Amino acid sequence: MTTRLIGEPVQRVEDPRLVRGDGRYLDDLGSDAVEVAVLRSPHAHAKILDIDVTGALDVDGLLAIYTYDDLTGPLADPLPLLIPHPALTHGRTQYALARDEVNYVGEAIALVVAENRYLAEDAVERIVVSYEPLPAVVGVAAARDAANLVHDDVPGNVAANLVQQVGDAAAAIAAAPHRLSLDLSVERSASMPLEGRGVLARWDADAGRLRLWTSTQTATGVRAAVSVKLGIDIEQVEVITPDVGGGFGVKIVHPWPEEVLVPMAARALGRPVKFTEDRREHFVSAAHERGQLQHVEVGFDDDGRVLGLSFRFWHDHGAYIPYGLIVPIITSTQALGPYKIPNYRVEFDSLYTNTVIVTPYRGAGRPQGVFAMERTMDAIAAELGLDRAEVRARNFIQPAEMPYDQGLIFQDGRPLVYDSGDYPASLDKLKRLVDWDSWTSYQAAARAEGRRVGLGIACYVEGTGVGPYEGGHVRVDTTGRIEVATGLTSQGQGHQTAFAQIVADELGVPLSDITVVTGDTRRFPYAVGTFASRAAVMSGSAIALAARATKAKALRLAAEALEADPADLEIVDGMVRVAGVPGAELSLGTVAVLANPLRYAFDEASKAATQFAVGDPDAPPVAEDDEPGLEGRDYYSPARSTFASGMHAVLVETDPETAEIRILRYCVVHDCGTLINPMIVQGQVHGGVAQGVGGALYERMAYDEAGQLQNASFMDFLMPYVSEVPDSIEIDHLETPSPLNPLGIKGAGEAGVIPSAAVFASAISDAEGFSITAMPISPSELFHLRLQHVQQHHEGEPS
Amino acid sequence: MTDELHPITLRVNGIPHQVNVPARRLLSDCLRHDLGLTGTHVGCEHGVCGACTVLVGGVPMRSCLLLAVSMDGEQLTTVEGLAAADGTLSPVQQAFAECHALQCGFCTPGFLTTITAALVEQPDPSRDQAREIVGGNLCRCTGYQNIVEAVLRAAELMKDEA
Repeated sequence: MTTRLIGEPVQRVEDPRLVRGDGRYLDDLGSDAVEVAVLRSPHAHAKILDIDVTGALDVDGLLAIYTYDDLTGPLADPLPLLIPHPALTHGRTQYALARDEVNYVGEAIALVVAENRYLAEDAVERIVVSYEPLPAVVGVAAARDAANLVHDDVPGNVAANLVQQVGDAAAAIAAAPHRLSLDLSVERSASMPLEGRGVLARWDADAGRLRLWTSTQTATGVRAAVSVKLGIDIEQVEVITPDVGGGFGVKIVHPWPEEVLVPMAARALGRPVKFTEDRREHFVSAAHERGQLQHVEVGFDDDGRVLGLSFRFWHDHGAYIPYGLIVPIITSTQALGPYKIPNYRVEFDSLYTNTVIVTPYRGAGRPQGVFAMERTMDAIAAELGLDRAEVRARNFIQPAEMPYDQGLIFQDGRPLVYDSGDYPASLDKLKRLVDWDSWTSYQAAARAEGRRVGLGIACYVEGTGVGPYEGGHVRVDTTGRIEVATGLTSQGQGHQTAFAQIVADELGVPLSDITVVTGDTRRFPYAVGTFASRAAVMSGSAIALAARATKAKALRLAAEALEADPADLEIVDGMVRVAGVPGAELSLGTVAVLANPLRYAFDEASKAATQFAVGDPDAPPVAEDDEPGLEGRDYYSPARSTFASGMHAVLVETDPETAEIRILRYCVVHDCGTLINPMIVQGQVHGGVAQGVGGALYERMAYDEAGQLQNASFMDFLMPYVSEVPDSIEIDHLETPSPLNPLGIKGAGEAGVIPSAAVFASAISDAEGFSITAMPISPSELFHLRLQHVQQHHEGEPS
Repeated sequence: MTDELHPITLRVNGIPHQVNVPARRLLSDCLRHDLGLTGTHVGCEHGVCGACTVLVGGVPMRSCLLLAVSMDGEQLTTVEGLAAADGTLSPVQQAFAECHALQCGFCTPGFLTTITAALVEQPDPSRDQAREIVGGNLCRCTGYQNIVEAVLRAAELMKDEA
């Protein structure tokens, strides 16, 4: 019997190619392509008075310079607002090239095409733009104060105001025996994949056909947008996702200006054209996330049970809002986490600032929501002198209450209904893993030695696998090889391995016979994309269904050939056989031959399917309700998301002198339902935790008052090296399968990063004895907080 | 405005290549775009991430911080030169695959070259030394846990080979 592969730590089929240096990332393609460089705004907010390109015209190898005036038809309109929402009353998006105003440092103004990037940059340097600088709105507070406006026609800088509520939070808080309020803030960070954005276009003038490679998280999204923007029939546009050097959210945005400008230039010039973003460009012209100011009011009883909670926050979405309200909606809904909050009101303003756009970065608004809720839980525990884990446990939704309707509308426009989960069991596991119950004595002993140690805890629930749908196609060729295709893209998640594991199990074939293609619109044109921890849930499910359809057809055809009942057949190691009857078998390749009745033979195998060799002469060769070929295609489109969950604990030590923050232990309990490949899931958790450490302790976008990003390089934006991540990340899994999909899968991609800001704030507060309310936190900030705290303490003493 | 070209010879993975490059051509661009050796990746172009690390006479260097003209006559090793002539993965490459030490794979070539050179100097590293070896390279996917494991596993494989 073939060993079941789902659940096994199968080594990745991607790796032999990648470790040899044989990966094909965007800039590895198109050796014959000419290259672009983009002139970007040096001002955060300015009117463009004039663009003078004459100085650039004699640059060697220059092919073309495009400005807004060269854009025609739909290309001259603003880029799409991808996700409209009724509350998004003042949505503004940028032009592919700035028209008469720039709204952030880095906004594209002119596109230069030259024989290579060096020459294109030479030309960019020689273009002279005259600006009239305008006051820049930088940071959430400035946007909210609205002393200056980003867009003249957007009052108060407010793109959207959204309120959701269940029950009557204000009344419940007013009537509660205990009340607290918290003011919190989270700063910007960014996805920061090691490979930036990039796009390569080839225009085939003979066929009127565009082939586009782009480093994206959605090939089908880019295809649709490019088709519309360039006025090319969608059937004449192919989008191929090559190897992608990381995404983490930023590459779901589309079309980037370059994704429409590069094919425009390729068509105009009749040359393949390529854009490869450099690191500085990625900092100033891709996307950021996270920045919010928050205010929480909570009312609770003597046991720490929340009676009412009011959450007000102000979200910085940058200069434009192409991705709509997804991030703040997720913050506002997923703040609820694993808790039953009987009366909840949330209100946010999504605000324009003269800074880089904000779109989902791994976690996508959840880290901020979890920060608000978990700081609240810690504050309740501190107020009542209760154990922090116990306060959380008292507010948990219980397993018997699943499915649990939170009474809100989620980011997909559907009710926020948790499908399954066992939060008390997760907490038990975490407490055991980190030895929670002996913490008080550990901390006391450390304090006696003059050490400051703190233990933090944070819980989260993550809606994963949002719709609308994904599809899968499974085809058996006449050699017995299995070709699998799905439309969403891969950025390092090991989809070729995980999806092959699913097909191997469903179809009964060896893993080595399976090839998986993702993100190629030629192979699968219907898809949404890779975000929201949805690939395994959505495409994994669709591929499982497609494999089942393929298997059903194989069994039907083999049953006819073997004169057996399909119910008596099984597929083992690629052979369809009558169970218990040795020798009564056909290879899947042979079944594929029989599935495609032929007039013409082209090799030995196909001879068997020709008209004098096979088939009932009195029946149609392909039955009325059948199709030729041994293949299956199916789609998975769930009514709602499935909800993964987890809890993290971190043990930190802060230096009494320097306020340096050192991680002593990091523990994770994670429930993403059925694990397809535990090795890959563990890798996702590791990577998420490391990004969380970065976001909590190191990474921030240091904008000055003029809107200049002061740390737009890896020298100054402190991404964790190995020296910043814990020596080990201790992980325990709980598997609560989702009832919503055929394999019981929940998403795992973002989980590791979601509770980081919250768990570090919890731990540092525990170490220091005062509450941390703003993240990230650096040693110097902690040092100053200590001074403030000491000062306040002295001021509070009777003189 | 025309760039003057300079003839140089680079010996890459044992093979001599004669190329004409402008003085400002980065080694990383020369390897990738003039020689077609695209396994060396460029992650920051300012010497911080380490994705572009190649071996110059066996010593790891950041090819984005070197001018190709300055490498005339040098012996270079890129990721494409790590596997054996028959295609067998090197111990470091094999260890990366075994330990799931890569996800998107973009930073991986720089880690592989760096570790390969380090294990020559330090064939039996402790865990702390393994962390030190990879301490100058950025990875955004893995959280480094399995990269450290892979350094230790590669050392083990090299011992088995010896």
